[in-house]
Amino acid sequence: MATTTTTDFVSPEPSTTDNYLNNEKGLLSWLLTLDHKRIGVMYLFSVLASFALGGTFALLIRAELWTPGPTLPGVTADMYNQFFTLHGAIMVFLVIIPGIPAALGNIILPLQLGAKDVAFPRLNLMSYHVWILGACFMLLSLVLGAADTGWTFYTPYSTMTETAVIPAAFGAFVLGFSSIFTGLNFIVTIHKLRPKGMTWFRMPLFVWALYSTALIQVLATPVIAITLLMLIVERTLGIGIFDPALGGDPVLFQHFFWFYSHPAVYIMIVPAFGVISEIIPVFSRKPIFGYKFIALSSVAIAILGFLVWGHHMFTSGQSVLAGTIFSAITFLIAIPTAIKTFNWLATMYKGRIHLETPMLYALAFLWVFTIGGVTGMFLAVMSVDVHLHDTYFVVAHFHYVMMGGSITAFLGGLHYWWPKAFGRMYNEQIGRIGALIVFVGLNLTFFPQFILGSRGMPRRYYNYLEEFEGLHQLSTIGAFALGLGFLLTAYGLLSSLRKKFDAPANPWGATTLEWQTASPPPYYNFATPPEVTQGPYDGYENLEYDEKIRGYVPTKA
Amino acid sequence: MTDTTSETQSNSETHGHSAPPPGEPEPHEQTEAHAANGHGGGHGHSQYPHLAHHFDSPQQQFDAGKLGIWLFLVQEVLFFAGLFCAYTVYRAQHPEIFVYAHYHLDTTMGAVNTCVLLVSSLTAAWAVRNAQLGEKNKLVVNISITILCAFVFLGVKYKEYAHKVHEGTLWGHHFNPQHELWELDSFKSKHPESAKLAEKIAAIQFEGQPKRKGHGEREGSGAEAKAPAPKTPPLPAAMAGAADSDMKVRRIQSLLLQASDETLRPLVAAGIIKHNVLATTGLERPATAHIFFGIYFFMTGLHGIHVIAGIIVWIWMLLKAQRGQFGPNYFGPIDYAALYWHLVDLVWIYLFPLLYLIH
Amino acid sequence: MANQLLHCLSSLAAPPKLPDSPFFLMPPQASTISSEIDWLFNVILLICSIVTIGVILAMVYFVKKYGAKSRIANEKADKTCEHNTTLEITWSVIPLVITIAFFVWGFKGYVNLRTIPRDSLEVQVTAQKWAWLFEHSGFASGELHVPVNTKVRVILRSTDVLHSLWIPAFRTKMDAVPGRYTDLWFEATQTGTFPIHCAEYCGRSHSDMYSQVVVHTQADFEAWKKAEQDKNDNTPPVELGAKLAQERGCFSCHSIDGSPSVGPSWKGLFGARLNYTDGSTVVIDENHLKESIEDPLAKIRVGFPPSMPTFKGQINDKQITGLVEYIKSLK
Repeated sequence: MATTTTTDFVSPEPSTTDNYLNNEKGLLSWLLTLDHKRIGVMYLFSVLASFALGGTFALLIRAELWTPGPTLPGVTADMYNQFFTLHGAIMVFLVIIPGIPAALGNIILPLQLGAKDVAFPRLNLMSYHVWILGACFMLLSLVLGAADTGWTFYTPYSTMTETAVIPAAFGAFVLGFSSIFTGLNFIVTIHKLRPKGMTWFRMPLFVWALYSTALIQVLATPVIAITLLMLIVERTLGIGIFDPALGGDPVLFQHFFWFYSHPAVYIMIVPAFGVISEIIPVFSRKPIFGYKFIALSSVAIAILGFLVWGHHMFTSGQSVLAGTIFSAITFLIAIPTAIKTFNWLATMYKGRIHLETPMLYALAFLWVFTIGGVTGMFLAVMSVDVHLHDTYFVVAHFHYVMMGGSITAFLGGLHYWWPKAFGRMYNEQIGRIGALIVFVGLNLTFFPQFILGSRGMPRRYYNYLEEFEGLHQLSTIGAFALGLGFLLTAYGLLSSLRKKFDAPANPWGATTLEWQTASPPPYYNFATPPEVTQGPYDGYENLEYDEKIRGYVPTKA
Repeated sequence: MTDTTSETQSNSETHGHSAPPPGEPEPHEQTEAHAANGHGGGHGHSQYPHLAHHFDSPQQQFDAGKLGIWLFLVQEVLFFAGLFCAYTVYRAQHPEIFVYAHYHLDTTMGAVNTCVLLVSSLTAAWAVRNAQLGEKNKLVVNISITILCAFVFLGVKYKEYAHKVHEGTLWGHHFNPQHELWELDSFKSKHPESAKLAEKIAAIQFEGQPKRKGHGEREGSGAEAKAPAPKTPPLPAAMAGAADSDMKVRRIQSLLLQASDETLRPLVAAGIIKHNVLATTGLERPATAHIFFGIYFFMTGLHGIHVIAGIIVWIWMLLKAQRGQFGPNYFGPIDYAALYWHLVDLVWIYLFPLLYLIH
Repeated sequence: MANQLLHCLSSLAAPPKLPDSPFFLMPPQASTISSEIDWLFNVILLICSIVTIGVILAMVYFVKKYGAKSRIANEKADKTCEHNTTLEITWSVIPLVITIAFFVWGFKGYVNLRTIPRDSLEVQVTAQKWAWLFEHSGFASGELHVPVNTKVRVILRSTDVLHSLWIPAFRTKMDAVPGRYTDLWFEATQTGTFPIHCAEYCGRSHSDMYSQVVVHTQADFEAWKKAEQDKNDNTPPVELGAKLAQERGCFSCHSIDGSPSVGPSWKGLFGARLNYTDGSTVVIDENHLKESIEDPLAKIRVGFPPSMPTFKGQINDKQITGLVEYIKSLK
């Protein structure tokens, strides 16, 4: 068992002592906290609120697309363009990029390392407040008549349009620093604060995933920062970097933008891989298959991710040679991703599988992410991409990987670690039904969009040809079902907070270090710094389920 | 980053010295395990007032901070890299713009700034040593000199910017140079023949016209700044320094210099010779010359913002140093600040030749 | 709103009657390259479907076969090895081989798409917010007209922002980038009319920047050219003006029924006395309309933005007369 050799195993029963949630009270004790768990919780609720806002815009988009022409009263083409810009910008910059690392990682990472906190607690708090500042600028853009450039801010449209581009771009710029600080913190924490006995290859895979993600966050985000700064300077001072009339090159913006934004999608998905790698072994009662391959594949994806940005630009006028290189390397990234999927399946083989909500989300992830991943193949193939670029096929692909991948994993992780973070078990029935509705909703929303795209429907379209109406309506129905699923899931989780602390230390029988302390943990995390003597997924056979506390305890004898 | 004025909680570093929190098991078995964790002889954190609660030792804290600041510097490099990339792209596509425009920069001032920053880097590094040895007074002096140098740098930069505003050599649509290339001292000293010849031709070409205040008034010169040109053709070899074309230009120039005004007048009137044309001055003002200045202001401006940030950090360090906080067990912040400062210096070391020393 | 609907409907007025495609997932195969692209698409689809279904089936099977009854039962998983390098290599190499094949096939297709054949018939295309202008050997039109079985090269330029010319039936697409020329080529294999969409977001009416490619037989193409010539010569001006306004996207910004839009409505415009931002008051006459078409920023109406693009060089005098007469007719 990956714990100390003594029996200081914290009481497996639900906590009755002070924990990090109730040891201090008052708003300032939260806003000025240095406790990584509280910071994580603040991130969690901020991210969920942003998700609700971004989701509202999504529903507005889908409602408007119910008919081929103008649909919602008062929603003009301009407004529609603002809807999809805000939807994209909020989801990318406020939700998915911070998402798993900032909300779940902040709470869990030090616990998984048996540490007392992250390396730089004040930097951690600062990264949260910087996030809030960035969010304020995004809201400012909304209030000042929202940008209508799409979240990609392509020039020259973004340098010419009269909408509130600068607050939105500046908001994204500020949010970039929040991301950099989180990443920097995690890298140092993982390097310097591992417990005795935890070599690199004894780290949980969630830690490997956060580490790879952090590398990308630190290396790629500054590039979007300078790019957005260039855009802002171009708009305010007319420097002319991207303006052809002044000798500039609009396509240069695309290169700069995607140099970050492609690695960014790996920031979005690699932590999700980490969550799945945690859930599957625990709920199969079997160590992960191919630990080293999964760990190193995250790093490989992080590195290769920097080399493929041009696959977003096959129709931009970029040279054939450049396109060829980008396409070739893009295919390489498929391999580490496939490796993970097969390893997860192999973990389930001959295991003993329990189907609580976290595992349902993990299984949904396998299904939906595979679809999302293979549809990336179509887009990596240069000739086929010429047809599919900027169509609904692309929209479907990235929603499958981001919604079906990142969000599904996020929800799985949220349910998995909910008892640990909040000390209460969520309602399992609601959790399962919510997961099912989310799964169905997501497929119904996005699968028809593949067909729309290949049959000729471009993206970012307010009006469309009549022949596409049926598929759009299916997609809209799916979107509202998805929304319903999320609402139900949110209810299932949040309603548990009214209960007293009833979660045992180890409800799932996991062997990673965070389960060796109380639920919720005390503010100092561990009574004694744990010592690690085996791998993170070894020792399921030494745990047994205790019905009284509804959690796992070490086997007696 | 690793300062810990708050939150030195008595926590799980229980040695039996403080009562464990209620509900926790008795920690007596933990003392051995705990000592094995490397706290050594000290009874934890009270011995090291600047040791944060979540670190086990000052060494661990220092190492963590060191890794942290290096990561921060890496991302700063990537931040600037975008601009260096834009510089590279534009210079590769329009080398003539860069050659033309750099004459408008004062190399001397740039060199002064380079020296100033190098001195400040020296005092910064020295300050780290002072901190390590606990030499408070020397530390305060060195930090102060570093800050002073930074202000000198900003002062020189301000002078340069003010001059440019006065000269009209700004970015984008604001590019409206008050002086022709051959009127600049930096050009005259490097290419005296070209400058003399251009002046001579201009005198003939603009006989009787009042001294203009801006280029809009000269024929054929204002429109250039606004002309859309997807790609300015690369400058012929004369400017790239190819030997034989250089010779040709020189030959033409010396011929023209020797010719009398009367000989030249009809040629100028016919438009065959102009004051700003290749053969006479060796340089034609490119249509999109303002691109250089856009890049110049962006890069040096961003660098300047980082200098200002550095000044703020150093002032903070100065205050801490005056309170005697630094010594052999705690000098991390000075070390990290100095590393940051070295990077700021390094960026300038790259900017200086790339912007000021173009041939 | 009514005007938008009107415009929308008018642009949809003749949705092409599309010949059936052999594949439900794709538009009609109307160019030499379409079937090649479709075959590759289908191969990828087949292999990816096999992989996906395989993963799903494995997952479902494992859940059924190895499902645990309850936690209390404390069932232990079978002891199996935790890593198998051979297996890892196998399931890395096989996908690698498949992806290399995809890459090579895609690369070949891409080179084909981007290598312009010599002796192609050239069409100059100008993209602007929010209309396409196709100039074929002297005739400018809002639609692309080409003869069948002929290599056609389309040279793209943009006057303002990024646009992208996409002809789904031909499976080809290329961005129009301001400040440079880009091009694409195709050879149509079927006669008929096929949609053209703008595929790079360009602002308000991005989704209305719709046009069509009309593929004629060689004989019909000649006939069309002659008809265009005649049209310019013989069509009554008002009719010519109406058609031109339709084709060149004037209605994206000007209504004909008085309803507000980006630009002034044409209803009752001719002869009106209106105020301009330079302080002048102008009576709208033929000369003013001509100036507005060729140099729209010379005078800006109070209350309207200075955003009309110029059509100088794109519309000849005969066409301007047509537009003027049409506007006159909108009392």
